[in-house]
Amino acid sequence: MSSLSISLRERLSIAVFAGVVATLLWVLDSGVALNFIMMTLYAALLAQAWNVLGGFGGQFSFGHALFFGTGAYVQAMAQVHWGLNPWLALPLGMVISTAVGLFVGALSFRYGLKGSYFALVTLAFAEVFRIVATSVPFTGAGVGLMVPLREGVDNMQFASRRGYGLLVLSLVVLALCLTHWLRHSRFGAWLQAVRDNEDAARAVGVNPFGIKLGAIALSAALMGSAGAFYVQVFQYIDPGIAYGPHTSVEALVGAIVGGMGTLWGPVAGALVLHVLADLTRNLFGQLPGINMVIYGMVLVLMVMFAPRGITGTGQSIRRWWLRSDRDHKKEQA
Amino acid sequence: MSTALLSLQGVTRSFGGLKAVHNVSLGVPDGSLTALIGPNGAGKTTLFALMSGFLLPDRGRIEFDGDDITGRSPHLNARAGMARTFQIVQPFAAQTVRENIAVGAHLHQGRRSMALAAAEAVAQQVGLASQLDKPAADLTVAGRKRLELARALATQPRLLLLDEVLAGLNPQEIAEMIPVVRAIARGGVTVLMIEHVMQAVMHLAQHVWVLAQGELIAQGSPAEVTGNAHVIEAYLGHGTAARLQGQAK
Repeated sequence: MSSLSISLRERLSIAVFAGVVATLLWVLDSGVALNFIMMTLYAALLAQAWNVLGGFGGQFSFGHALFFGTGAYVQAMAQVHWGLNPWLALPLGMVISTAVGLFVGALSFRYGLKGSYFALVTLAFAEVFRIVATSVPFTGAGVGLMVPLREGVDNMQFASRRGYGLLVLSLVVLALCLTHWLRHSRFGAWLQAVRDNEDAARAVGVNPFGIKLGAIALSAALMGSAGAFYVQVFQYIDPGIAYGPHTSVEALVGAIVGGMGTLWGPVAGALVLHVLADLTRNLFGQLPGINMVIYGMVLVLMVMFAPRGITGTGQSIRRWWLRSDRDHKKEQA
Repeated sequence: MSTALLSLQGVTRSFGGLKAVHNVSLGVPDGSLTALIGPNGAGKTTLFALMSGFLLPDRGRIEFDGDDITGRSPHLNARAGMARTFQIVQPFAAQTVRENIAVGAHLHQGRRSMALAAAEAVAQQVGLASQLDKPAADLTVAGRKRLELARALATQPRLLLLDEVLAGLNPQEIAEMIPVVRAIARGGVTVLMIEHVMQAVMHLAQHVWVLAQGELIAQGSPAEVTGNAHVIEAYLGHGTAARLQGQAK
């Protein structure tokens, strides 16, 4: 049936994407190019994580840094304080981020918070965690935590961006597989039903509370993996980086610009934003934070003129093109 | 009457000072096709919301298949076999007709492909087969009403609560829909419908309850209730029954 072929096509496209990007990472030698690919994939991962809860679940979080920062701190603390191998710290970070997600989700969904109220609660939680991280000793307080440099694949510290690129690529592919599953599973169907109409979903046996909790758990786990990845690349984390609004904004802008609730939207959004950010950085020199200005402008333009994002608008154009092509042929016949 | 699949005992619900539903008791027999009628604002939809768990009663008891379900969540009631449609249609607008119905089918069907296949079968049953791949937002009013029905039906309910599935349809669409509802009931599903279209009530219902200002004022066969003086007055105003009788003589 048509839906099965869609599913197959999606799986193929994920495989092709993984193959092409891995090959690029393997053959490219320029540090700039490798860095660009790595940072774009990292931004895609943030957007993909947000897309699970925001795009498929319709719960717009403004504080996804909460899960990012938690994953990052666990990754750093596990190595600095507990001497854990980073390959073990990464899943641990994802688990603890998930736990934080379940906690925030249970609190806010229990009381039916949605829309801007949910956004504000997540923002508030991220701020609370930032302030706590600034004051308690085990996060290194305001100074932050530095992960000691000890290069080696067994220590998840790579000689070049190539290794990190492959690491983040595998996380992005994991997120793609998860998104694919959301599009073709009962859980995903129920999640989208809750997003589109909660009462109608309840009437056909969907428990919105449980479904939203599941979505925030998955979203938080992916976000936590992005945080852990960040710590491995930059070997440093402080409260501002971990829980500040920058990451939250990057995650949601990527998903909204790319297309919410789609498979490739977050990846497309991240790519477009990174190309734009790099161009403006070259044009405007080293104005710090200029990329955030660009993100804001792009977001406003997209919401005004293409609310379905790049992929959604692309689809409409393609459908329109096919239709006008068909009409044209009909006229000739 | 056979045993009641759904029974209400003294169910009351107020909104502030307004008694939307007051001391309503009724029993829906298993395997029956029944109707709930009444003037606008009588509390019919509120009563449906109380039955299906969307609202909590202030007082009273609701039983489904012998179990006390008073105050139980709608999703648990749906799992137990009670499905409802909404008077104001509630499609998952961003999704196609097929996907909409599949959400209902997923209640008892974990696999996506099986749920989509089940959706197709249900669409056939309610006459939506030709529109399966349309976005739900593109359907006409009649189409959306059918979709409401299809989605509820896809959960394979034992009891179907239909809230004005005929409202807003033109006579031809109504004539098309009546056999669909009858076929569902013949298939073994107990149906309770709220309906304003008397043509349908007269054709379909075996038993009718009349609700006015939150209270049950009459019940019986369609012919009985439409001849009932209380019912005529509830619809047309005090004294009308006597006047109509005078005219008839």
